[in-house]
Amino acid sequence: QGGGSAVIDMENMDDTSGSSFEDMGEMHQRMKEEEEEEEGEAGAAEEEDGEFLGMKGLRGQLGRQVADQMWQVGKRQASRAFSLYANIDILRPYFDVEPVQVRARLLESMIPVKMINFPQKIAGELYGPLMLVFTLVAILLHGMKTSDTIIREGTLMGTAIGTCFGYWLGVSSFIYFLAYLCNAQITMVQMLSLLGYGLFGHCITLFVTYNIHFHSLFYIFWLGVGGLSTLRMVAVLVSRTVGHTQRLILCGTLAALHMLFLLYLHFAYHKVVEGILDTLEGPNMPPFQRVARDIPVVSNAVLNTTAKAMALTL
Amino acid sequence: FAGLADVSISEDIPVEGEITVPVGSHSPDEDYSTLDEPVRDTIMRDLKAVGKKFVHVMYPKKSSALLRDWDLWGPLVLCVSLALMLQGGSADSKDDGGPQFAEVFVIIWFGAVVITLNSKLLGGTISFFQSLCVLGYCVLPLTVAMLVCRLVLLAGSGTVSFIIRLIVVMAMFAWSTLASTAFLADSQPPNRKALVVYPIFLFYFVISWMILTFTPQ
Repeated sequence: QGGGSAVIDMENMDDTSGSSFEDMGEMHQRMKEEEEEEEGEAGAAEEEDGEFLGMKGLRGQLGRQVADQMWQVGKRQASRAFSLYANIDILRPYFDVEPVQVRARLLESMIPVKMINFPQKIAGELYGPLMLVFTLVAILLHGMKTSDTIIREGTLMGTAIGTCFGYWLGVSSFIYFLAYLCNAQITMVQMLSLLGYGLFGHCITLFVTYNIHFHSLFYIFWLGVGGLSTLRMVAVLVSRTVGHTQRLILCGTLAALHMLFLLYLHFAYHKVVEGILDTLEGPNMPPFQRVARDIPVVSNAVLNTTAKAMALTL
Repeated sequence: FAGLADVSISEDIPVEGEITVPVGSHSPDEDYSTLDEPVRDTIMRDLKAVGKKFVHVMYPKKSSALLRDWDLWGPLVLCVSLALMLQGGSADSKDDGGPQFAEVFVIIWFGAVVITLNSKLLGGTISFFQSLCVLGYCVLPLTVAMLVCRLVLLAGSGTVSFIIRLIVVMAMFAWSTLASTAFLADSQPPNRKALVVYPIFLFYFVISWMILTFTPQ
């Protein structure tokens, strides 16, 4: 093994029991050895039983050749199918990064660029965004557990993974589609990378505010950190788009979705949602189950009135 | 060209040699002979191999035994026992607040597959199943932590028990991460070790989180 291909090479696996390819391979090998032995024997016994042995030998050889051919065709087809589907080498160039580069890109994702007159370079890398999405999943789980969110029709892990991956892949595709309509110069991998690194701000904000439960702190972080990462993404997109209307559509959509997602993550998974779920069940359930928490009185009152208003409207 | 006319082999020199290829030591027969041994021998052999790997995980040295003879029995046993112990952690009998069996199972195997693919894409030299084997075996300290947590929770569930559980889980989480790093990071180019260690850290962090927040009914 070396730094060569990363094909998942099933034929060289160590388990030999039960795999029909290995069995066919061994049968093939033994058939070859038997053939050589029989050639020696057939020559000696030829004088005794000439015709009869000749017939038996012929049919046996024919059968063996047919089996041999079938095995070889099957082997060729299977290895072709494997090299087509199990070849993860197509993803290799997107993971070719050094830790210093990842760190630099993470810090850069919070700094909006000033030059929007010529296209900014976006690194088409998938390692950083993928790790950031998984980190966001872990932070969401932490938030859901500390707020005792009880989700009925799904599971905690499933919800967290679905939300984060759905946002990353779905919004990337949607913005890529809009970029295609607005004639922006960006490829799908670059869009995935840009949005993925934009989630770094979300990770920081949620990590801090899930542990320190002050609503005013959350709003400051939302505007500050969330705003910075959104500004960076918007600036990069603006530098790659021509025309005022197109820039406005593209960047407005991205900014709105990004900021609203952070808002949604904080309120949906940090505060209890089960009040709403319970209200949907029947009129006899109380509209809200409070969780005791250290929240200053002001935001407490705000939340109370909001919750009552929402329960009334539902 | 007069000298070349004489190149033909004269007919009275016999051309001789061996045509048949020696068949060798009949090694397929030796493998098939394990079919004849009593079942007890087969099971004991596999159990001993699994036990030896457990010992390697608890005292992680740079040995290649874990990598060379990989097997997935140990990870399966650990995964199933961890998932069984994490059941029944719901706060209410009506709805399920704790992770289901299938959830834990899927998290462990899906997480291990993702980490393996990641380390292969970053240029690792370890094979797919070897990596799965190592990651699965390194769940052992966390399973031990789960056992300890359950026992501590039998005694009571106050602040003291939470602090004890927190310390135990954190220690076992560090042990798991260090053990799997000791086996897996060697197969990477030296400047990219941090890129491989981080997903392993996240993976064991999620499992530790599930163990720590487990509250029995």
